[in-house]
Amino acid sequence: MHYSPTPRFEEIHVLWISEGMSCDGDSVSLTNSGQPSIEDVVAGLIPGLPKVHLHNKVLDPSFGGDEFLKPFFQAANDQLGAPFILVIEGSIPNENINGDGYWTSFGNDPATGEPLTLNWWIDRLAPRAWAVLAAGTCATFGGIHAMAGNVTGCMGLNDYLGKSFFSAGGLPVVNVPGCPVQPENIMETIAWALAQAAGNAPIIPLDELGRPTWLFGKTVHEGCDRAAYYEQGDFAHDYNSPKCLVKTGCWGPVVNCNVTKRGWQSGIGGCPNVGGICIACTMPGFPDKVMPFMDQPSGASLSSMLIQPYGKLIRALRGITNHSLNEEPKWRHNRAQLTTGADPRWGNTRKQAQQ
Amino acid sequence: MIADREKTEPGTIVERSWDPITRIVGNLGIYTKIDFGKREVVDCHSTSSLFRGYSIFMKGKDPRDAGFITSRICGICGDNHTTCSVYAQNMAYGIRMTPLAEHIFNLGEAAEYIFDHTIFQDNLVFVDFCEQIVKDTNPSLLAKAERTEAPHGSIHGYRTIADIMRAFNPFTGELYLQALKVSRTTREMFCLMEGRHVHPSTLYPGGTGTVATPQVFTDYLSRLLSVVDFVKKAVVMNDDVFDFFYQALPGYEEVGRRRILLGCWGAFQDAEACDYRYEHMSEWGRKMKVTPGVVIDGKLVTTDLVQINLGMRILLGSSYYQDWNSEEMFVERDPLGNAVDRRHPWNVTTLPKPQKRNFDDKYSWVMSPRWVNPDTGETVALDTGGGAFARLFATSLAGLVDTPYVKSTGSSVRITLPRSHVLPEQTFEWRPPQWSNALERDRARVYFVAYAAGMALHFVEEALKLVRTGYTKTFNDFAVPEEAIGCGFHEAVRGVLSHHLVIRDKKIANYQPWPPTCWNGNPRDSDGRLGPYEDAVKGMPLFEENGPDDFRGVDIMRAVRSFDPCLPCGVHMYLGNGKTLQRVHSPTLGVER
Repeated sequence: MHYSPTPRFEEIHVLWISEGMSCDGDSVSLTNSGQPSIEDVVAGLIPGLPKVHLHNKVLDPSFGGDEFLKPFFQAANDQLGAPFILVIEGSIPNENINGDGYWTSFGNDPATGEPLTLNWWIDRLAPRAWAVLAAGTCATFGGIHAMAGNVTGCMGLNDYLGKSFFSAGGLPVVNVPGCPVQPENIMETIAWALAQAAGNAPIIPLDELGRPTWLFGKTVHEGCDRAAYYEQGDFAHDYNSPKCLVKTGCWGPVVNCNVTKRGWQSGIGGCPNVGGICIACTMPGFPDKVMPFMDQPSGASLSSMLIQPYGKLIRALRGITNHSLNEEPKWRHNRAQLTTGADPRWGNTRKQAQQ
Repeated sequence: MIADREKTEPGTIVERSWDPITRIVGNLGIYTKIDFGKREVVDCHSTSSLFRGYSIFMKGKDPRDAGFITSRICGICGDNHTTCSVYAQNMAYGIRMTPLAEHIFNLGEAAEYIFDHTIFQDNLVFVDFCEQIVKDTNPSLLAKAERTEAPHGSIHGYRTIADIMRAFNPFTGELYLQALKVSRTTREMFCLMEGRHVHPSTLYPGGTGTVATPQVFTDYLSRLLSVVDFVKKAVVMNDDVFDFFYQALPGYEEVGRRRILLGCWGAFQDAEACDYRYEHMSEWGRKMKVTPGVVIDGKLVTTDLVQINLGMRILLGSSYYQDWNSEEMFVERDPLGNAVDRRHPWNVTTLPKPQKRNFDDKYSWVMSPRWVNPDTGETVALDTGGGAFARLFATSLAGLVDTPYVKSTGSSVRITLPRSHVLPEQTFEWRPPQWSNALERDRARVYFVAYAAGMALHFVEEALKLVRTGYTKTFNDFAVPEEAIGCGFHEAVRGVLSHHLVIRDKKIANYQPWPPTCWNGNPRDSDGRLGPYEDAVKGMPLFEENGPDDFRGVDIMRAVRSFDPCLPCGVHMYLGNGKTLQRVHSPTLGVER
């Protein structure tokens, strides 16, 4: 089955599988967004979206088992009767190295009663999906479970499907990284994809790694309210300080993420803006390239040194100007004389005024 | 398929399973054998089908990374792991935290309890009690609910029990939608303290990076006050629903019932008392604002964290691992000189062995933690009662917590919430019930929401006192020692959580997180003891009105969900087609209790 990237679907299923090497934190993030909220999307309150049938284990009203798995089996057998978006949460294990067992499974094979692996499902569902979305850093790039020394050999969805993969709607995997995914980032991306599915939005703009450009096109540092401290060469030396955290392990200057602009939810929380070092959790190199997390990033020793002469000078000059700005102009007083520079015709002292 | 009438003959055992179970976090399968004639579950296996191997890939890493890494174990209570890891690291590094940092941790964790218990109860558990489901599984019960006035209707606003059930309907019910919103407000509170939900950004060993200005506490307090009415209504609404079930379905106390075997590892450190030294752990453990304790057959056996620690045993039996009995012993004696068992978490080496699932042999990725009662030598399969139940049980019997809003009386816990927008000041009292069963685990959850709200009020007042007088230090620096051990004890939302850490050459030599679902969701151990889900479901009666052909398993679902399964930490349900396993003409269905 092939679809247009900008079809005019009136209804669509969202088949969400969190059975990767995950913590289900991205499903929990899904419940955390109020901008927009999942219940508003499901209730059809958002203009321009198709009717949505959500199948997500954490929220599904069914009891599980066959009842829950039915649409997944139907989709795998081309019997769903409507197009679907496949959402994968968690990294994909290497089931070629699982002995006689399995690393993670999702339901059982009705014929044999044996567990069906996540990989079995991806092989059948990904090519049939109108769009495929990887939610969270585990699914996008491998993430924490794919760190050095792991035994499951796990990887991101693109590593598993290959760079040449395109969904039935002609789209590459849409990658929304974050550990977990920032709640509003995932809902906003889903809302765009749904609007696109309804023919009410153009093709979702993605960078070369499949990330929505408007979410991951800037760095943490570029949105950080502590970046001003950096510019002034003024760094935190431990976590008590509200200043720039690069010397205590923050990777914000080189990490693609909007958390400092968006906050964690409804503008509240975040990472370096609220005192948490950026550990680059949205990045393909996470976590190994940024460990140990609490040490200064290698590149920051040079950049933070180079900024010092400029920063110190500017800080001193700004100190002078700041001092000046903290003083009111001298003509604001209650003396019996007007000193604002105005020259009223009745005179500018009390005596003159009384005459 | 055999005829319905034949399947309901006593002694005809039918296999039913649910895999994966929905409305939980993680991969859980419940496989049962049911005698529809006797309307009873005769056997149950619980299985978790996910292995990620934290203890393996953490080896050799910088121990300071442990809090960041272990948070990723769980996507709904990751912060509980970070907190527990910080506790364990503080012990290993020989440091304590400033009182303000302790308050910030406690405030973040209190917000997590309120958020998580609310979303789990109202958006996941209560779907099993909602009008749509009850109409399908127990139509006569719904008819009765329509005729039954809710005793506390004047407070929560729902006239009949059926009105409450309608409010539970997923995606449309008033309470369901309101609870989602409350879950977001409370997560905002969480983020004010810990930066981001669910993997915190601002928690470090030694303290927090949270910017401790009056603003952050004001923002927290304002949000907390905005949910107090919701909490007060929820407590009495829950009481109305659960009391109705007991009254309308005589015998419902047997659903999910097992022997009272509860563990609670304590929560909310006392900012003054806790110095993180193992040598003083018994004392500062008893100062925690949720008292650690083990309750066996309704009696409080201990409140001593050292005794709790030393009694832990990790057993194999039915899980996909090799034994570690020929591996290295990391810790032979604790810092007090007590002998540490080879099966204690400090000495576990994780050796996965993926293999085919076989319910007669190995069938789960979860190992079986047990606890040895030092008084009797009995090895018991403790459960957490979904967390809140064990916390309230231990705290009420210990009589140690005495705070402005929450007090333990030695036989109960009293929670007083102040006047709010709509409702006056109210005091709720939780008393230990006579059963450890599904309804009481669920009921305890909402009482603990009130408990956490009361404690949050206390901690935010204390924190504001400090910052208003200029005490804003939140972090104490430290150096990682060459060699050290540490342990952290905490309550994840759904129950006991411990982290055991061994440092060598400034690197992690062993790291063993033991979360609640390992305790609750484990399979049969090497001595044949059932895991708590299995034990609670095996032998339970069924009240669903449907026969085998349209059976949905609502009572079993209520029993399992009452434990608040969260399997990234540690079981799948699958409703297979009915299959006659055997015909047993004389009852051989003894329940191992």
